[in-house]
Amino acid sequence: MTEIIVVTSGKGGVGKTTSSASIAMGLARRGKRVAVIDFDVGLRNLDLIMGCERRVVYDFVNVIQGEATLKQALIKDKRFDNLHVLAASQTRDKDALTKEGVERVLNELKEMAFDIILCDSPAGIEKGAFLAMYFADRAIVVVNPEVSSVRDSDRILGLLASKTRHAESGEKRVAQHLLLTRYNPERVERGDMMSIADVQEILGLEVLGVIPESESVLAGSNAGNPVILDTASNAGQAYDDAVARLLGESVPMRFTEAQKKGFLTRLFGG
Amino acid sequence: MGIFDFLKPRAPNSASVAKERLRIIVAQERAQRDAPDYLPMLRRELLEVLKKYVNVDPDAIQVKVSQEGGHELLELSVALPDKPGA
Repeated sequence: MTEIIVVTSGKGGVGKTTSSASIAMGLARRGKRVAVIDFDVGLRNLDLIMGCERRVVYDFVNVIQGEATLKQALIKDKRFDNLHVLAASQTRDKDALTKEGVERVLNELKEMAFDIILCDSPAGIEKGAFLAMYFADRAIVVVNPEVSSVRDSDRILGLLASKTRHAESGEKRVAQHLLLTRYNPERVERGDMMSIADVQEILGLEVLGVIPESESVLAGSNAGNPVILDTASNAGQAYDDAVARLLGESVPMRFTEAQKKGFLTRLFGG
Repeated sequence: MGIFDFLKPRAPNSASVAKERLRIIVAQERAQRDAPDYLPMLRRELLEVLKKYVNVDPDAIQVKVSQEGGHELLELSVALPDKPGA
């Protein structure tokens, strides 16, 4: 049984692609057969974050328009055999993605027995974002503890509840998860940043995971190695916890409390 | 930092300001989202009819749908101008 999961947010720059890359990698590391699709037509980036940008020959739009087969366009990850990437097209034609085309590709991926199809949504609420969420069974809404991101997330949650295949058929609802990224426990403690509880209360949803703000995220992107591969980093471990919860495991939250300062640090500063 | 700072009233921290503002705007936007989609059109047409008789301000018309004890209630309120229409 294939599950379609969309990674979305409304607002740009909150960490959708970074999260898609890490979650896809984490699911594959746990043995799942994963296909991850970049829906950001015109602004392809997932390939760069996953480190396979030089191996893109055919893309999502080529497959939809029949210029290449899905097998030709899927890029097998060099680290995990069971992980495949479908890159976005660089075309500026906004209408390159169609509902029928997307559905056909998703059905073909289901026939190829993938366990999980992860759809990396573009920012905004235009066609690309709409199509990325339309066929989803579950949604991961990436949110930063910041006013505009939280407001946009609420908007997206509303769309997930009304503008998806499941919502339209009325048979079932799209399961919704929050992924709180760029979280800084020290700033929360000082009262400069909304807490996990604040965001959960406003949006009325529990968080699937909390990813601490970390230098390792940029370092990972720089190298084309999603941060989840950096098992020594807090962010990498937090993503792995989130993946475990996505698969139904019960894992306690980590890295969500400010580091306690020792007596000497308090005395002499640091 | 002065030694008498503790005597000054403390400003609310920025995170609680953010939370309060979001709580209000999100509630307002959810109410609009769940409202029937004919409301804006209804409001526009009502305004046109009213304008034939009274010189009302476009912002003076409030149309909203609310729930009251199992019934849906369409509430319409019009603030009339101070003086009779010119």
